[in-house]
Amino acid sequence: MLRYALLRLLGAIPTLLLVIVLAFLMVHAAPGGPFDDERALPAEIEANIAAAYQLDQPLPQQFLRYISGLVRGDLGPSYRYRDLTVSDLIGGAFPLSLKLGAMAMLLATVIGVGAGTLAALRQNSLLDRALMAMAMTGISIPVFVIAPVLVLLLAVHLQWLPAGWSGTSAGGRFVLPVVSLALPQIAYIARLTRASMIDVLASDFIRTARAQGLGTFTIVRLHALKPAMLPVLSYMGPAIAAILTGSVVVEEIFGIPGLGQHFVRGALNRDYTLVLGIVVFYAALVILLNLVVDLLYGVIDPRIRQR
Amino acid sequence: MLNGMKYLRILLLLAVAIVASACTEPGNVGPQVSTLHRGLSSDPESIDPHKARSTQAAEVLRDIGEGLVGYSATGTLVGAAAESWTISDDGLTYTFRIRDNARWSNGDPVTADDFVFSLRRLVDPATAAFYGQAVAAIVNADTILRGEAAPSELGVTATDRNTLVITLQQPTPYMLSLLTHPSTFPVHAGSLAEHGNEFTRPENLLSNGAYKLAAWEPSSVLHLARNSQYWNNAETSIDAVSYHILTQEMTELNRFRAGEIDITSSIPPDSFAQVREQYAGQMHIAPYLGVYYYGYNLSKPPFAANASLRQALSMAIDRETLVEKVTGRGETPAYSWVPPGVDNYEPIRFSYAGLSQEERNAAARRLYREAGYSEQLPAEIELRYNTSDTQQRIALAVQAMWAEVLGVRTTLVNEEFQVLLANIREAEVTQVFRSSWIGDYNDAHTFLNIFEAGNPSNMTRFENAQFDKLMREAAAQVTPLNRRLYLEEAERVLLSEHPVIPLYFFVSKHLVSSRVQGWGDNVLDYHYSQHLSLATGQN
Repeated sequence: MLRYALLRLLGAIPTLLLVIVLAFLMVHAAPGGPFDDERALPAEIEANIAAAYQLDQPLPQQFLRYISGLVRGDLGPSYRYRDLTVSDLIGGAFPLSLKLGAMAMLLATVIGVGAGTLAALRQNSLLDRALMAMAMTGISIPVFVIAPVLVLLLAVHLQWLPAGWSGTSAGGRFVLPVVSLALPQIAYIARLTRASMIDVLASDFIRTARAQGLGTFTIVRLHALKPAMLPVLSYMGPAIAAILTGSVVVEEIFGIPGLGQHFVRGALNRDYTLVLGIVVFYAALVILLNLVVDLLYGVIDPRIRQR
Repeated sequence: MLNGMKYLRILLLLAVAIVASACTEPGNVGPQVSTLHRGLSSDPESIDPHKARSTQAAEVLRDIGEGLVGYSATGTLVGAAAESWTISDDGLTYTFRIRDNARWSNGDPVTADDFVFSLRRLVDPATAAFYGQAVAAIVNADTILRGEAAPSELGVTATDRNTLVITLQQPTPYMLSLLTHPSTFPVHAGSLAEHGNEFTRPENLLSNGAYKLAAWEPSSVLHLARNSQYWNNAETSIDAVSYHILTQEMTELNRFRAGEIDITSSIPPDSFAQVREQYAGQMHIAPYLGVYYYGYNLSKPPFAANASLRQALSMAIDRETLVEKVTGRGETPAYSWVPPGVDNYEPIRFSYAGLSQEERNAAARRLYREAGYSEQLPAEIELRYNTSDTQQRIALAVQAMWAEVLGVRTTLVNEEFQVLLANIREAEVTQVFRSSWIGDYNDAHTFLNIFEAGNPSNMTRFENAQFDKLMREAAAQVTPLNRRLYLEEAERVLLSEHPVIPLYFFVSKHLVSSRVQGWGDNVLDYHYSQHLSLATGQN
């Protein structure tokens, strides 16, 4: 399995390189530059700034410089934050996005799998319909509607929780963002779990287990849950990568200094190095998490491990 | 092999651990400290006064740094690091006396040498300062910026520890106003040498203002703490200031409502009416030195050499309706280029400003026909603006007014801000574009000079020999009144050519909590935290 993992990681290098080339070309192709403003710069100042950031060099040379920096782990200076490097910014934002994302994903998994399993066991009952209706609502209502409503209700009117992020250190500030992040995920995971659980529960080995007189709870726990998790797991790989690198909308609404905000601001500000840095980071994370998911398949399903 | 239940148990344990760790984060503000919470619409680019650019950065820098001069709570120019100054009769030599008790946050004295070092650093090409041009009036500044002279050639000298002499190439009556700008603030040479680029990190930064930087989480918050070494520390009331980075006006408003923010940086347009009712006593709307305008691309048809069309379009816009019904946040209609409220200046108004809108429309239709357009042959115009609700609402209103009064067919094009700027700059595809101009200092010059030929912010590519000549003559005047007459004449020439349509003048819009005392509205929208205090009994 170790050999497999190493081969996969090696195979990821060309993918990563391709991502970097494309991203580099795209950010530089976007019209406008990082230092454009309504208050335009005099020619000599513009030249001084371009020279300071080596933006006056030809593009291929800039690219080579970027790659050679990357190999040494240097993501370059941010153009928008003139006191900070891209590594400073990612290093400051990622732990927060990670914490929020992990909490949201855990919440989503526990509730989503639980609700999905319950619905599958009581297929077509009132409970099933109620749970799935809730899941459908969760998927349909966008987070930019749910989050402000939660803020207005729980923070502004009832004042139970802080409305924003900065300036408080209370754990309560995590509640609204985590719930807002988790709600749509709960819905997806519940629907996926239900569908795959219904499939599994109809299969022969479950019927055998029932014939042997095992109780429903034992059957689900020992026999059904694991195989039913496979589709959920393949959904969760990319979902975790997406949620860990920051949800732009939730971060905007709550003013959370996560990676998502930096990514969007960076793109709007033409902060080339910041956008590139986050793209590279995100790509590496997706590749890594996909590998983890594939390895977990093997853990859950012995048939896959043998191949 | 783990079974399903064990997975769940581990997941639950992890969840508990993470939640617990989140709850036990230490608080960063003790109960005894009075803290002012201010909203800021974006991160400062830099805490280095020579690398900063935005008004947001300047706002923070005015709290942690201090130039030679500054503004009092009521908006009058007062000594800051300098306690007094003299200006020579020819207006070319400024001599500043630095306070004996001016100190850096580590206790070092602030000296004339600090200012010499810092002003040289500002114009040094290696610093790559955005605002290097701000001090172009100082002897040799422009040649140093172009790399043709060494920074040590700058016309700034320290004759003794406390005496600084600044020599100008031409009289610059707004020099003192310029010297309140953060780009002229000093940096601590020793700390810069020791820490290099990292001298602005909170643990390294030495400041000479009323506050020092305690912590900075980009995109989230800047914490400032009292600088006990500050010469006027005894008069500083508030112990700590937190600048919360809130890019969404709605988020900021919600946090104000929840009592988490004391001063907002803006008020969202959609909630304006409601806020006005709910927070009548806490809403502050004041004139601001900024103008919102539509510019013409004067280098291409249809607007090159077509003053009639330019004037017709300008006259056909009902600015009263625009500010009342469309923008609706207390803005004032613009009939001049320079906003009212600028020191020692009376803005010149469009010749038609005294007419009613019906009379203006009739005159606009006449001009439109003169320019060769008619109902059968309407003008077809592209109006570009950057993507945002406010810009779009204004563009839609203007499009409708032009259609109704003149029958113009306007195509609206919205673009990402950076794309719009690039297009304006290239002046190839633009016809009419949205822009705005905010004054850098309290003088008409900061508004008029952008129309001089070759000015990089001359977005319309306006070129007029008479205008340039008047601006040059204004610059040579020593007495304020003469200079003012030249500048006013320059504005008259400018307006008669209609290179832009000034639509309205900005206002500053803040919600200021009733616990904040000492707030004063002013045209520059400067609000030093050191002038404010918090009502006791609330925190």
